Amino acid sequence: MKLNGGQALMKSLELEGVDVLFGLPGGATLPLYDPLIDSSIRHILVRHEQGAGHMAEGYAHVTGRAGVALVTSGPGATNIVTPLCDAYMDSIPLVVITGQVPYAAIGTDAFQEADTTGITMSVTKHNFLVTEAQDIPQVIHDAFHIATTGRPGPVLVDIPKDIVDPNNPRSGLDWHEPDGHDLPGYNPATEVDPELIRRAADLIVAAERPVIYSGGGILKARAAEALRDLAELTEIHVVTTLMNRGGFPDDHPLCLGMPGMHGNYTAVTALQESDLLITLGARFDDRVTGKVDAFAPHAKIIHVDIDAAEIDKVRRADVGMRGDCRAVIEALVAELRGRSGLHTVDRSSWNQTISGWQERYPLTYEQSAPGEALKPQFVLEQLRDGTPDDTIVVSGVGQHQMWTSQWWKFNHPYTWVNSGGLGTMGFAVPAAIGAKVGRPDRMVWAVDGDGCWQMTSQELVTAAAERIPVKIAILNNAYLGMVRQWQEMFYDERYSEVYLSPDLPDYVGWSRAMGCEAFRVEDVDEVESVIAKANEIDDRPVVVEFRVESAEKVFPMVPSGRSNSDIVVDPSQQG
Amino acid sequence: MAKTLHTLVVLVENKAGVLARVAGLFARRGFNIESLAVAPTPDERFSRITFVVDVASAPLDQVVKQLDKLINVVEIRQLPPAESVERELMVATVNASAAQRGEIMDLVRIFEARVLNVGPDHLMVSLSGSPGRVDDFEDLLRPYGIVELQRTGRIALPRLSRTTTPA
Ligand SMILES: Cc1ncc(C[n+]2csc(CCOP(=O)(O)OP(=O)(O)O)c2C)c(N)n1
Repeated sequence: MKLNGGQALMKSLELEGVDVLFGLPGGATLPLYDPLIDSSIRHILVRHEQGAGHMAEGYAHVTGRAGVALVTSGPGATNIVTPLCDAYMDSIPLVVITGQVPYAAIGTDAFQEADTTGITMSVTKHNFLVTEAQDIPQVIHDAFHIATTGRPGPVLVDIPKDIVDPNNPRSGLDWHEPDGHDLPGYNPATEVDPELIRRAADLIVAAERPVIYSGGGILKARAAEALRDLAELTEIHVVTTLMNRGGFPDDHPLCLGMPGMHGNYTAVTALQESDLLITLGARFDDRVTGKVDAFAPHAKIIHVDIDAAEIDKVRRADVGMRGDCRAVIEALVAELRGRSGLHTVDRSSWNQTISGWQERYPLTYEQSAPGEALKPQFVLEQLRDGTPDDTIVVSGVGQHQMWTSQWWKFNHPYTWVNSGGLGTMGFAVPAAIGAKVGRPDRMVWAVDGDGCWQMTSQELVTAAAERIPVKIAILNNAYLGMVRQWQEMFYDERYSEVYLSPDLPDYVGWSRAMGCEAFRVEDVDEVESVIAKANEIDDRPVVVEFRVESAEKVFPMVPSGRSNSDIVVDPSQQG
Repeated sequence: MAKTLHTLVVLVENKAGVLARVAGLFARRGFNIESLAVAPTPDERFSRITFVVDVASAPLDQVVKQLDKLINVVEIRQLPPAESVERELMVATVNASAAQRGEIMDLVRIFEARVLNVGPDHLMVSLSGSPGRVDDFEDLLRPYGIVELQRTGRIALPRLSRTTTPA
């Protein structure tokens, strides 16, 4: 069958099972957009390419499938660098297709030429510059394979215009369906090493103060159920990092919640005091470890990761295993089931210590007096209690992100979507749209900051036009709150360039102008009813602006660069 | 500080941009490449890159693992200098007045170097050998005035067991 390159691209995407593309056309992608009219693939026309990238990420977060974005050359490509980097840091499978100037014009500084593969080399798992139309089917097949296997990540495919342009003879090809991959340097398969499983089991059986330190790799490996089996079999408590919220249910008696800079006291301190960290799909990120040299000083380390480079990168492992989390955990569970001495070590005093911390240092905040601004934590409790248990929650970056992770109860995997590694302001609105596209059956709420919202709110036009009924809660504290918190605590309250004003912009007016329903909530008594009203609306996006207390801070907090032992708790619990 | 040199021999797919990917990784981890040599292998799908880097072992281990993640990197070998034979080629143009020519020719003979080109006031010479030997030759030529000099960077192969290396 004779096709042109543009037709071959669409056919290749269909073969990969792609049902939706997030994108925005341009000169270099005209020949790619033309065959889209005849394709079964849904296209969502974004208002900014950064939006396309984050939407694809949101889609991938909740479905586990690769999110796909299609943007034009030059500025279209550079606009999507942030989402690529974001996906790279958080191991999100993405395939991004960028248009490029005609092959013969590459290197001439042609109109809208950018060295896209050069620019994106260090923020992608891999990238391709396709030079012949004939290569398109194979490259697309390889791109999806690389994006979704092993440690998932973003893959970029740059396609010069001439090889997809039906009017150019270079675009003709004989269609052939790719048959496997020829990637001699890529070997994502791993095997479980029974000897390492035995050694890990020995450490687990002998530990007096063990903790399971679980990270986003649990969700990537579809290992939530296996994790639960392991925890219940061994009766070992589990911390869930920011990337693994929902990977172990918050309502489980063994769940300790989030560790790290803004983790809860018990999760942070249990890691710190443990004698064994069973590290599963987590990477000893500095936001978790605090000062690395002082992190969990008495702990032996079991470390399981699909990426060999993560093992021994930050902390040397006593038992390090490159492996798929699910396969390794299942092997570990099988090994432990066969052992007689599983519960011979007396851990009652460790468990008592843990419950003592939980009692003494629960998450807490001071309720506002009537007439005062809302407390953000209160808003989050109301949102949590007023929405279905399996609601998908998306956040921006800042105080609201940490409060959401702290105060929401995540009892299901794939219900928490956020930018953990790169910390990208402007992630929430587009990622929520992508998540809703991926899971239209679920309610999707984004919790955003007033600063973050202003970075990508224009994508609500996309959501309104496409009738994607996401719900956005803006916690309007009139500040770049997280930065303000650091200035307050570490820069003598010198508030340099962090004030945004509560009224400028008019969030409700702006949202309505974009085709959304919108509410403003200032009064404690209205919080619950407005959330209920927002939940009712299912034919367009809803924005609810909550006016919250500007001076509220996120506690606990481990100051940057300090040891986790220096954790600062809520003022009401100090002393 | 004493140098901790490591030789890495990396087999890569012969695709556009591979050298940039590999070299970029070193740059990103913040260490310098001492020497770099690239050439195609007899199998035209692959090229071989020989790197010499100056790092402590722990970061090296991390770089090797990061290199291994690159899709186009097929194989990485670490060759400890003591267990490998390293070679480098140098070509230099040296000032050589009639009075000096005899002395330079003595050096050429001692080092078993070669004369590639002769001019009225210059000699062009080449030497291939271990990097240390090339350094020595370069040092001895310097007083005469080196006009231009190029070195290829090292290549290496593992030493065969129970053998010696003729000079
Ligand atoms: C793109 C980007 N620019 C800057 C930052 C630095 N930063 C981190 S949190 C934050 C403040 C966010 O303010 P807001 O969205 O209002 O949320 P809040 O902290 O008030 O909840 C800033 C500026 C960032 N993470 N991302």
